[in-house]
Amino acid sequence: MPDDNKKTPLLDELEKGPWPSFVKEIKSAAESEPMAADLLGQLELSYQEKISHWKHGGIVGVMGYGGGVIGRYSDVPEKFPNVAHFHTMRVNMPSGWFYTSEVLRKICDIWERHGSGLFNFHGSTGDIILLGTRTDQLEPTFQELTHLGFDLGGSGSVMRSPSACVGQARCEWACYDTMDLCNEITHTYQDELHRPPFPYKFKFKFSGCPNDCVASIARADLSIIGTWKDDIQQDNAAIAEYAAAGVDIQKDVCDHCPTKCMEWDGKKLKIQNRECVRCMHCINVLPKALRPGKEKGAVVLIGAKAPILQGALLSSVLIPFVPADELLETLKELVSRIWDFWGEYGNNRERVGELIQRVGMATFLDAIGLDPVPEMISAPRDNPYIFFKKEDAEAAGDGNGAAAQR
Amino acid sequence: MATQAERLTDIGPPDFRQFLHPLIKKNYGQWRYHEILAPGVLCHVAESGDRLYTVRAGWPRLVGLASVRLMADLAEKYSSGYLRFTSRNNVEFLLADPQNIEPLKQELAAAGFPVGGTQNSISNIVHTQGWVHCHSSATDASGIVKAVMDRLCDQFTEQKLPGKLRIALACCLNMCGAVHCSDIAILGIHRRAPRVQHDTLRKLCEIPNVISSCPTGAIRSATVDGQPSVEVIEEQCMFCANCYTVCPSMPLNDPENDGLSIWVGGKVSNARSAPRFSKLAIPFIPNNPPRWPEVVEAVANIVDVYARNARKFERVGDWIERIGWPRFFELTGIPFTRYHIDDFRYAGQTYARSTHIRY
Repeated sequence: MPDDNKKTPLLDELEKGPWPSFVKEIKSAAESEPMAADLLGQLELSYQEKISHWKHGGIVGVMGYGGGVIGRYSDVPEKFPNVAHFHTMRVNMPSGWFYTSEVLRKICDIWERHGSGLFNFHGSTGDIILLGTRTDQLEPTFQELTHLGFDLGGSGSVMRSPSACVGQARCEWACYDTMDLCNEITHTYQDELHRPPFPYKFKFKFSGCPNDCVASIARADLSIIGTWKDDIQQDNAAIAEYAAAGVDIQKDVCDHCPTKCMEWDGKKLKIQNRECVRCMHCINVLPKALRPGKEKGAVVLIGAKAPILQGALLSSVLIPFVPADELLETLKELVSRIWDFWGEYGNNRERVGELIQRVGMATFLDAIGLDPVPEMISAPRDNPYIFFKKEDAEAAGDGNGAAAQR
Repeated sequence: MATQAERLTDIGPPDFRQFLHPLIKKNYGQWRYHEILAPGVLCHVAESGDRLYTVRAGWPRLVGLASVRLMADLAEKYSSGYLRFTSRNNVEFLLADPQNIEPLKQELAAAGFPVGGTQNSISNIVHTQGWVHCHSSATDASGIVKAVMDRLCDQFTEQKLPGKLRIALACCLNMCGAVHCSDIAILGIHRRAPRVQHDTLRKLCEIPNVISSCPTGAIRSATVDGQPSVEVIEEQCMFCANCYTVCPSMPLNDPENDGLSIWVGGKVSNARSAPRFSKLAIPFIPNNPPRWPEVVEAVANIVDVYARNARKFERVGDWIERIGWPRFFELTGIPFTRYHIDDFRYAGQTYARSTHIRY
């Protein structure tokens, strides 16, 4: 029987080909770690039978935390006893996923002592994933991790580990310090990260510019995306160099501008900055010549999520511009109001974006004390079913609904 | 090992500043511009004139100790011990000395890690756990990703596509990988209603929770063998598996009916056009491990047709918007079916509401 378990003809097929192979990774770990060997065996069985062999969930964790560990049990423990428990630990990554070789080695040493020796670098939300260990190893692993300076990330109905793009560490387009803000927010809300206080998960993602390298607008309940208010910084000599080097400024830059706010006369690029929507295309194509303006900050958007339950949502604009140096305080004030309202009115497993769909953005704005502004919409409503408030109708003797204009 | 008498909690992640290359610390927030020197090789130039070189390599998201330690070795040899990872599971070495670029690339290649993923390439696929570690997966994740990237590896190491092309895979509708805004998304789907396990349901699940978990109201209370349980109105089930997430006695996994769907034209970036969702291209492809050839061919076909027909800078979605969906289905040879027409919450938004038709 052990021999049968070790044969993996289907998975062996995935050792072939030019792309690096996860099967080789598991096999390499299996040379010294029985957990990895049994993972391989169980995965081969899944490949034969075309079905998962993991049981549904299981509540495990470290003392005092309500998240950070994903309980996982095999449904064929008699065949693969070393993965009978195979729990995952989420470890909160440093902002921007920066490491030294030294700290990576120490993480490896800890995981060699306590777990399968397998990782995800990184999980979908951004955590370092320690893939698979037994219940009795969770607390010792956690202790060693915290003494190295690392803590667990989020799971369940908590603030999930916030993530940030590389930002000002290595990108000229970052309109605010994404990594610092991510780090500050993560440290400010440690209680909300470790002990589930919410109806469902809540994600922050920090992107430094509208290219949105951390998919903030698609994935974060609160998306903080860098932008600028003043004119694009323009270096005309550098534009001329690009043109001389063969870049077709008209075709490759102007023609792709979504608002057609730029003109090229063969010598000079003229940008109508009032018309610019800060899409980044021209800057992406001419990085030496064009840069975001100097008055930098971010757009704050709310409500993105994947389909479960009422359908996928992209984040929508909540605050059109927050200056970079006001972002931290603004976000703290904002999330305290959002979390209060969501905590009180959100249904079980209802993301904040779905709550807004259910009660309406206007009601949500009333609840968190934000005034409506036209940047929040792509167009005003096109249906006449307006829920006028009684007090507005009564106060509107002048026919203009004066009270509605508060 | 250090004494561990003190139990630390709530310390949060380590401060990133201790992991930054000295050149990054010095020029933080003071970068001027960047150039792409070759696929997978970036040069960032600071206002100070300093240059920082980045070498980007793809690796599997699922890695073992040996590969992590190998990356640490390479970082010590070539990048003063500094490295980082990208939001698409690539590893990046941060180099002060351009002399180190070529030997690092050679060592990475020798170890089997391709260098690339920049500009108009296909970067690494972001994906979920699949059969490796998830109970609700309708398919594996790592295996399909490996097979697809084997086929498209040249598109990772070259920059020859009209625009960026981002592929993502999620092994069920929960979409831990949030694939719904990708140029090409591979999504595991179930096609059978949950089979209620009445004997365990009463012990493990709260019946009102199970009923309210269903977005279409397909679950109602029922008495089975004189005991309280639930039943599923199968015609109303759209296989989202939300009931299974709240109750283990509602499994949907099914070897013959689970499989993959392919979605196209989504994007996250605001460049040129606004971010948008991916749309359904292929409603179902059966699971065919270990290498899922039908999925690989379907993805490769879409990439090929896009590469041959799109204009410079067009993402897949921009290209389809220009040529129209009928032409997309014609060019790719993908059959259009009733399943392509939305019938959920915001369905009408995707109906054609004009006479703008290309003949």
